[in-house]
Amino acid sequence: MKNTLRNIFHSGKFVAGFVIFVILLVTIIVYPLINPGSPLEQIGVGTFAKPGTYVSLYDAAKTSPDRERETLRLSDADDKRLAKALSDSDRVLMVEWLGLKGVDLEGIDYQDTEALLELWHENYDSTFKPKGMTSAAQKKYKRLNDALLDLQTGDNLTVMSEGETLSTIKKTDYVNVGTVTNVKLLPLGTDNFGRDVLKELVGATKTSLGVGIVAGIVATLLGLSMGLLSGYVGGIVDDFIMFITNLFTVIPGFILLILISYSISQEYRGPATVAAVIGFTSWPWTARSVRSQVISLRNRDHVNLSKLSGHSMLRIVVTDILPYIASYVVMAFILQVSSGILSEAQLSLLGLGPKTTTTPTLGLMMNWAMMYSAHTNGSWWAYFPVILTITLISFSLNLMNTGLDQVFNPTLRD
Amino acid sequence: MNEDRIVASKDFTNAPLCLSGRHVTKVFGFGDKKTIAVNDVSFDFHEGEFVSIVGESGSGKTTLSKILLGLLNHTEGEILFQGQPRDISTGKKRNAYWKGIQAIFQDPFSSYNSFHKIDAVLLDCINMRGGKNLPMEKKIEMMTEACSFVNLKFAELTNKYPFELSGGQMQRLMIARIFLLKPKILLADEPTSMVDACSRATILDMLLQLRDEIGMTIIFITHDIGLAYYISDTVYIMEHGKFVEYGKADEVILNPKAAYTKRLISDVPKIHEEWDLSTVDLANG
Repeated sequence: MKNTLRNIFHSGKFVAGFVIFVILLVTIIVYPLINPGSPLEQIGVGTFAKPGTYVSLYDAAKTSPDRERETLRLSDADDKRLAKALSDSDRVLMVEWLGLKGVDLEGIDYQDTEALLELWHENYDSTFKPKGMTSAAQKKYKRLNDALLDLQTGDNLTVMSEGETLSTIKKTDYVNVGTVTNVKLLPLGTDNFGRDVLKELVGATKTSLGVGIVAGIVATLLGLSMGLLSGYVGGIVDDFIMFITNLFTVIPGFILLILISYSISQEYRGPATVAAVIGFTSWPWTARSVRSQVISLRNRDHVNLSKLSGHSMLRIVVTDILPYIASYVVMAFILQVSSGILSEAQLSLLGLGPKTTTTPTLGLMMNWAMMYSAHTNGSWWAYFPVILTITLISFSLNLMNTGLDQVFNPTLRD
Repeated sequence: MNEDRIVASKDFTNAPLCLSGRHVTKVFGFGDKKTIAVNDVSFDFHEGEFVSIVGESGSGKTTLSKILLGLLNHTEGEILFQGQPRDISTGKKRNAYWKGIQAIFQDPFSSYNSFHKIDAVLLDCINMRGGKNLPMEKKIEMMTEACSFVNLKFAELTNKYPFELSGGQMQRLMIARIFLLKPKILLADEPTSMVDACSRATILDMLLQLRDEIGMTIIFITHDIGLAYYISDTVYIMEHGKFVEYGKADEVILNPKAAYTKRLISDVPKIHEEWDLSTVDLANG
């Protein structure tokens, strides 16, 4: 036993998979301690806030001028501000105007803010109205000009409350982010309901792993007992169990899963129920392979000797057969967990997963991202980390499985 | 040739019957795939008799041995145990039957559950003989005695797993197991075919000793007719599931009647004969 464990931990593949899995597990356990609260807490009102650090504007503006504010004279601060404030559509409008004015547009760089602004102020004329220009368009250009003037000449900001000046913020005023009371780090932004994606992801990984493990346990236990019974007892019992197994094999498992999930009403469809349903539909292949292994074992001499020693059937199965297939069962369990997590994701993506609004699962997060078209509006943070997590879990489990396989079947070693 | 024998072939025809079979048949499969492994065989094994069943691979020896052990149900016929029809229909009756008949298998490496220690194997035998409540010292004494019977030291074996022993040691431990169980009949299914020549002689001697000291009936299954002649009282020659010839070892082997027996005997390599070099052309060799 000790020897086997040592061999297992000498297998590079197993160790790699194990390390990834343990990192995931530690994250699941430690992250909620650092960042407590419900993973489905809605912190944002809008949808899909970008990943980043969010600083409270109010706190930053109210920060006392003499103590916390520092004056920094950065030469490129104004240019940066302008460049950031001028949107691409503004720039297009400006060039359009310049074209109407008959300015030679060749050699103009849209992105060169300074040159563009210089040209604009040289050429802008509020009274200019070429033929065909509507007055609405004329007003639009005027508004653009006002905004541009404001950007360049705009002075200090004044924070006022009921007519009383509270604070004046100069362009050269800076605050250290560390001194601002309310700063929120959203490494993965928010999702469609304004929830912290990272927190949701950690919660979802926990639920999905739970679903996978429960599904794996149900499938492995069912498959193991069916396989043992059918392989060891044989005869009619074997025929009957193989009949059921073949039925399950002929009907595509996923369709069966969809039908069963669909027929359970949403209020009863918690993560545990979904896990059980996944387990109940994925045991047959474990049963088949356990059966074939048991059949080859039951005629071995040590089993015959055990029978001759008067041991009961249960004892023979538990002590003379189970230990020989234990390594195989462990591998089957790992694969079942992996496929359980994938099945949950598939089901939830179709909207047949666990009940919404209480716990997130990886599949549900994908479902939400899909429903609110995160993929079309470029909110990659709402679905890509989920895909990556699912991939990492399956990858680590499959690596462990391959590693175990190589330890238990030395002929596979390369 | 007689001086090669270590036992004189005794006459057992009047000894009490231990295990008999009447028209025992075993058919595997059905239809086109039907195979008759054991075809209508009848036999009488007597108490204290050393019986050899000799045949090639595939002649049905192992199937017959499994039927005798009650591990396999025969299709037709009747088996009598100590003159009474054998009844192994329930688990309890099977266990009672298995107190009377035990086995040593061909491959010592697959005869042990490699997850159990040797002590557990031997303790199991003591428990089976009703020694469950004996004090531990007594049990150790019994195990030590059994091990010394097969020239093993129990103290060196405690806390060892079967795979830490050699094939010969494992097979001897199997005999120690039989020594503890003391069954009426021992079925030895080619117990020497997987061990080296030195261990072979010791194992055969131990089997004979078991027969002489405990009065066990030994059913020895082998493909080696020379070995059968060397050791047994009675020989059954099996071909294609049938006994083609049987009788006292001397009679069968020294005066074989069936063609199959003659062939088996001619196949035995003869060490004592001088090599016939006349057929070898030394000049052109």
